[in-house]
Amino acid sequence: MNTINESLIPVLGVITDVRIDTPDVKTFRVVTPDGKKPFDHKPGQCAMLSIPGVGEAMFSITSSPTNEEYMEFSIKKCGCVTEWLHQAEVGQQLTVRGPYGRPFPVDEEFKGKDLLFIAGGIGLAPLRSVINYCRHYRSEYGRIDIVYGSRSKEDLVDYNEIIEEWVKDENVFVHLTIDREQEGWDGHVGFVPSYVKELGFDLNKTVVLCGPPVMIKFTLEGLIEMGYDKTQVYTTMELKMKCGIGKCGRCNIGSKYVCKDGPVFRCDELDELPDEY
Amino acid sequence: MRKCSLNSLSDIFSKISESNTLYLPVDTNEGAAFKKWEEGTVMSEALNTNRSAKDFFFPQTEDLMEFTVNKKEIEIIDTRKESEDFVVFGVRACDMRSFEILDRVFLTEPYDSYYATKREHSTIVTLCCTRPNETCFCTAFDIDPTNAGGDVTAYKTEEEIFFKSNTPKGEAFMKIIEAFTEETSDDSVNEIKDKTKAILKKLPLANLSKDSFGGGKTEELFEREEWEELSSACLGCGTCTFVCPTCQCYDIKDYNTGKGVIRYRCWDSCMYSDFTKMAHGNSRNTQIERFRQRFMHKLVYFPENNDGIFGCVGCGRCLSKCPISMNIVKVMKTLGGDK
Repeated sequence: MNTINESLIPVLGVITDVRIDTPDVKTFRVVTPDGKKPFDHKPGQCAMLSIPGVGEAMFSITSSPTNEEYMEFSIKKCGCVTEWLHQAEVGQQLTVRGPYGRPFPVDEEFKGKDLLFIAGGIGLAPLRSVINYCRHYRSEYGRIDIVYGSRSKEDLVDYNEIIEEWVKDENVFVHLTIDREQEGWDGHVGFVPSYVKELGFDLNKTVVLCGPPVMIKFTLEGLIEMGYDKTQVYTTMELKMKCGIGKCGRCNIGSKYVCKDGPVFRCDELDELPDEY
Repeated sequence: MRKCSLNSLSDIFSKISESNTLYLPVDTNEGAAFKKWEEGTVMSEALNTNRSAKDFFFPQTEDLMEFTVNKKEIEIIDTRKESEDFVVFGVRACDMRSFEILDRVFLTEPYDSYYATKREHSTIVTLCCTRPNETCFCTAFDIDPTNAGGDVTAYKTEEEIFFKSNTPKGEAFMKIIEAFTEETSDDSVNEIKDKTKAILKKLPLANLSKDSFGGGKTEELFEREEWEELSSACLGCGTCTFVCPTCQCYDIKDYNTGKGVIRYRCWDSCMYSDFTKMAHGNSRNTQIERFRQRFMHKLVYFPENNDGIFGCVGCGRCLSKCPISMNIVKVMKTLGGDK
């Protein structure tokens, strides 16, 4: 019996690094107790983290699959499990299970394409995995544009990695924006949807979009106005999940389960689902 | 097919329980319920049990694993055990179908080992209905209560009981009861079947149709304005979900014992307001949305994903248990245009 794999039983993880990204986002580095990456994943997939007695919750894996040493999770403080994690220190053990869900089609539809990543706030967390994957296999993809916006400079997740690595890459163009004017910020000011229109991209790109629901809604509307088709736009969704394997019923929308049929959806696929997300 | 006199039934039960734990419907103060057989236990004559038979494989609460926590350190303890061999005797055709529906959830990859071990170690003896009642509508979902399936199908008359094996597990069961039974022709139960079929035709819900439902009907049904009226009196109590043999949504929770943490799962209901509630909001904020989800899942989403098999078996439990008398039949009649 005990030799049968059971998806609901996690493995042990240890937090080996905690990075403060923004006032309410921390990035946790996780390995197994013997120092290995807990399991392999594909960009866009998720994992269940839990602290026994506190709870279990689904998080997107922020690190790229090309990182073979550890996994990272960028987590915003907003509920029971996340609040507990935010006070956790290096050396804290937790449990991890996964990987769950359908990844971004990085080795299929994305191959050879110009890519446009659009993120708002903590929405960069699930995209960081794809962006770094595409940067790693740079020659497999065309031009990469990244539009990323947050409330303020301090709220930009992974700001250091963006400034020190992404902007220096060849044929990678980063466009940052913050919601309001701020001292010490000489970049763009304004919301993501209008900045995307302002930048006016070629229509040959494949778009990956993630952020707060309202930002996704207006950005997608803007892209359609610009002439993009929904089949060119991918997004990743979030709903309440318990099992992660399409059985507990929580993340069911229409005939889909976000945990296994998503979290990555092409925007035209979302049109076929009832509007409950 | 084999048969014996009803007088031999307690000897048969006694024999079965030598090698298997035997469960069968027994009359209690709260109606019929599956209970473990002991010497002297009398099988209920009731048409069906109050609660469904899903509890055998998907109990209301079930421990999944344990943890010990020592400061920053955690130990994960796999507490899974292989199920014992057991026989469930007297399962009706509706509940039998519900196992096939639950199998499609729990035994598709990645399969659920907690459910699987109980399924593997169970032998199901169904009992064909002879007195279906006015809340029955299993035939609307192409279920034949005169041919209930399972490992062994049993037929009962006033004097005799007949057994027909359908699976290797059923063959093993027949071996156990061999000494108490005698061979008879399959035709011996034709009269019982015909009598039941005649009653089925006259039942008030005999003409209930599922034709307006099924996979691919989301767009057509989701925005229907009737949902509002149908759901307006729903209390969100979840009784329908708990008595339903096919409802299988669950929650996973942790219980701190003081010495460690038990992670367990328990039944949950899409009718509850916190079912989809997350830190940042709720994707189904109103009872209309939650009510609609339950019926859309059974009548559209489930068949869409499962070769046209509906997520309802017509057992009628929700008809008799809902405190406001709302139920899937009213939903089907209203949305199907048959008021």
